Amino acid sequence: MSSHRITRNLPREFGIGIAFILEFILFSLLSPYFFTPDNLLNVSLQASITAIIAAGMTFVILTGGIDLSVGSLLAFAGIVATTVLKTSLPPVTGFILAILAGLAVGSLSGAFAGFCITRFNIAPFIVTLATMTIWRGAAFVWTDGRPVWELPAGFAFLGTGRLLAVPVPTIIMVLTFVASHIILTRTRFGRYVYAVGGNIEAARLAGIRTWRVLVNVYVLSATLAALSGILLASRMNSGQPNAGVSYELDVIAAVVVGGTSLSGGAGSIVGTFIGAMLIAVLRNGLNLLNVNSYVQQVIVGVVILLAVMLDQIRRHRR
Amino acid sequence: MAPLLEMRGITKSYPGVLALSGVDFTLQAGEVNCLVGENGAGKSTLIKVLSGAVMKEGGTISVGGEDARLGSPADAQHLGIGVIYQDFKLVPALSVAENILLGCEPVRRRTPIIDRNAMREKASAALGQLGEVINTGTPVGQLSVAQQQMVEIAKALSRSVRILAMDEPTAPLTERETQALFRVIRSLKERGVGIIYISHRLEEIFEVGDRVTVLRDGTLVHTCGIREIDRRGLIRKMVGRELENEYPRAALERGKEILRIENLSSDRVSNVNLTLYRGEVLGLAGLVGAGRSELARLVFGADRRTGGRIFLDGREIAPESPHQAIREGIGLLTEDRNRYGLIMQMSIRENISLANLRAMLTGPFIDPRKEETAAKQLTDDLRIKAPGTGVIVETLSGGNRQKVVLARWLNTKARVLIFDEPTAGIDVGVKYEIYTLINRLAEQGVGVIVISSDLPELLGICHRVAVMCEGHLTGVVEGAEATQETVMTYAHRDRR
Repeated sequence: MSSHRITRNLPREFGIGIAFILEFILFSLLSPYFFTPDNLLNVSLQASITAIIAAGMTFVILTGGIDLSVGSLLAFAGIVATTVLKTSLPPVTGFILAILAGLAVGSLSGAFAGFCITRFNIAPFIVTLATMTIWRGAAFVWTDGRPVWELPAGFAFLGTGRLLAVPVPTIIMVLTFVASHIILTRTRFGRYVYAVGGNIEAARLAGIRTWRVLVNVYVLSATLAALSGILLASRMNSGQPNAGVSYELDVIAAVVVGGTSLSGGAGSIVGTFIGAMLIAVLRNGLNLLNVNSYVQQVIVGVVILLAVMLDQIRRHRR
Repeated sequence: MAPLLEMRGITKSYPGVLALSGVDFTLQAGEVNCLVGENGAGKSTLIKVLSGAVMKEGGTISVGGEDARLGSPADAQHLGIGVIYQDFKLVPALSVAENILLGCEPVRRRTPIIDRNAMREKASAALGQLGEVINTGTPVGQLSVAQQQMVEIAKALSRSVRILAMDEPTAPLTERETQALFRVIRSLKERGVGIIYISHRLEEIFEVGDRVTVLRDGTLVHTCGIREIDRRGLIRKMVGRELENEYPRAALERGKEILRIENLSSDRVSNVNLTLYRGEVLGLAGLVGAGRSELARLVFGADRRTGGRIFLDGREIAPESPHQAIREGIGLLTEDRNRYGLIMQMSIRENISLANLRAMLTGPFIDPRKEETAAKQLTDDLRIKAPGTGVIVETLSGGNRQKVVLARWLNTKARVLIFDEPTAGIDVGVKYEIYTLINRLAEQGVGVIVISSDLPELLGICHRVAVMCEGHLTGVVEGAEATQETVMTYAHRDRR
């Protein structure tokens, strides 16, 4: 009997949380500029695009899936939104329609991926690898490879504006994480996400409509990718068909560093938030210390590996 | 002569619990020593210590009279200790020969290239010792469970084991396969292999054992020759008290019809007609593969129906999914709780509420208090042994895990509950609790169907026993007439 061990007396985010704090202290000591409101808000702004997507990706990975299409969708949704903006609609209506169109593209794409995964029983990796290529291609076809320029004034506010000194994307990111955390920990849908990732057949036999849960996580992930796409387009004040290339990897890294298991069933939104921030702070700190950008890549890779190793060691201690 | 294996004062603790406390265990060459005890008594831990999978904290182990250092599974293998676990450690995609010789493949001289011919020969030789003829090129995933078990044993033999521990080896086997396994055990004995045999099926212990060793709560309670104790005495040693009656039976108060199925069919079930009445416990007997679980899954909407109708309280229902069946008031405790029942990483509380989260809501949110209240009441009621409802189910013993699944279905307040092998791999004490619970449900007016391969159990607790054979319902035996013979006659009758 290997029973009765009381596991998880510490929250699973404990280890990564400590690492994050240490990192914070380290950079504060090394760079006088690091621990200033300006810089920290700047970090949050830089982190916001991938972090928002990572919130959605956490749901997907918790079910044992993966969504590789988020980077492409980000670009495609940005292009759809900016294209709608350029039609001669009245300002406010156009603005709202553009955002809705961008988000709708995300939701539909997610629903399509979820449909393929559940109805035809294809591995999520394959389905989203395909949609990744499809949406990237569609973004180039739509724009003929050229950015969508000359957007109406005011649109840039979403990506570059500030409310009480806090960047708008940072606010949206925080709202996204609070909402995601509540959904995951307090609603039936959230509970079902863990159940499906833990044991999909047992979940089905407990009366959970597993296909619905799966479709919903892909819709959620894709919609948040589209939201990020709109924010990025606003920040660049243009729709770029090559935006967000390889973002899916940054996003997955944030989720995994945050302690969510790639095999599903275990992880949290809080972890993902810390994971995303840890990587963003690392990049920022290295920049402040004038570390060469090639060296930075090496360091970021090593830190991702270390974070996951520490987590494994902690969990498999007997 | 020194015993083949001598374990003295073995101690092992896990956080919060003493799993083994000064346990002595000896095994002679050519002897079958049966290890029995309730779930959580420490049997598996003792085997894990022996196999080097967990480290003991105290005590000594000697093999063949010499002190043995067991620091890892490799050490154990080196000493000739083999273990066959309940869930086999085979690689489904690899062939029989590749599995048998996994990790010690023969190579062509002075090359790293595997000698396929030598491999086939060695594998066939190992299987031949067991009197088994299995094509060594077949992927293991395509074999029956019994054949896979033979492959496991052959794997142990090819590594020249002296001590072989088997943890519940007959759980997935049919009667005939069990007999074949016993023949193998006897021939291993003749060759001087010492066997540690763990099983909850007491009749097997009396059939195949030479000695029996009883553990309770991590301590050695009793060890003696098998002829020196009877079934009743053994149960008393295991449970620590007298059980008045191994199979309690509810008073039959057959009420109105609650579930009726007409001509129910699928690719595995043919034209089954059956009626279940309120207040009765209906048994479903048959050989493994007779279509009992498949019938249950059809009623539960888990498999696709090809024909037939289902009536609940006289109203026709057509469950297309477990979700719909549960909403109609039908529950199914699936066989193999680990695979089809539990979400291992979730807590007791979350597993219990899973099938009825709707009732735990306040607005759109799960109300932690409602959830805790329901879980607490059920864990107390069913005497689930755990420090709290937040404990992860993976850390529970088999009996407690089964109780968690039971609690989940009690929480749905189903009107018809189907139990598929509810006592498989569970000790006598907990079995008794489950029977009592089944009876209580029947008395409360729930329609209960129990599927079991343990015939004395079915005859002991059911008011009627329906028998299936090759997808057909071959007979329904009333309690008074039900004997092992009548049931087995129906179970072997082929209607085609």
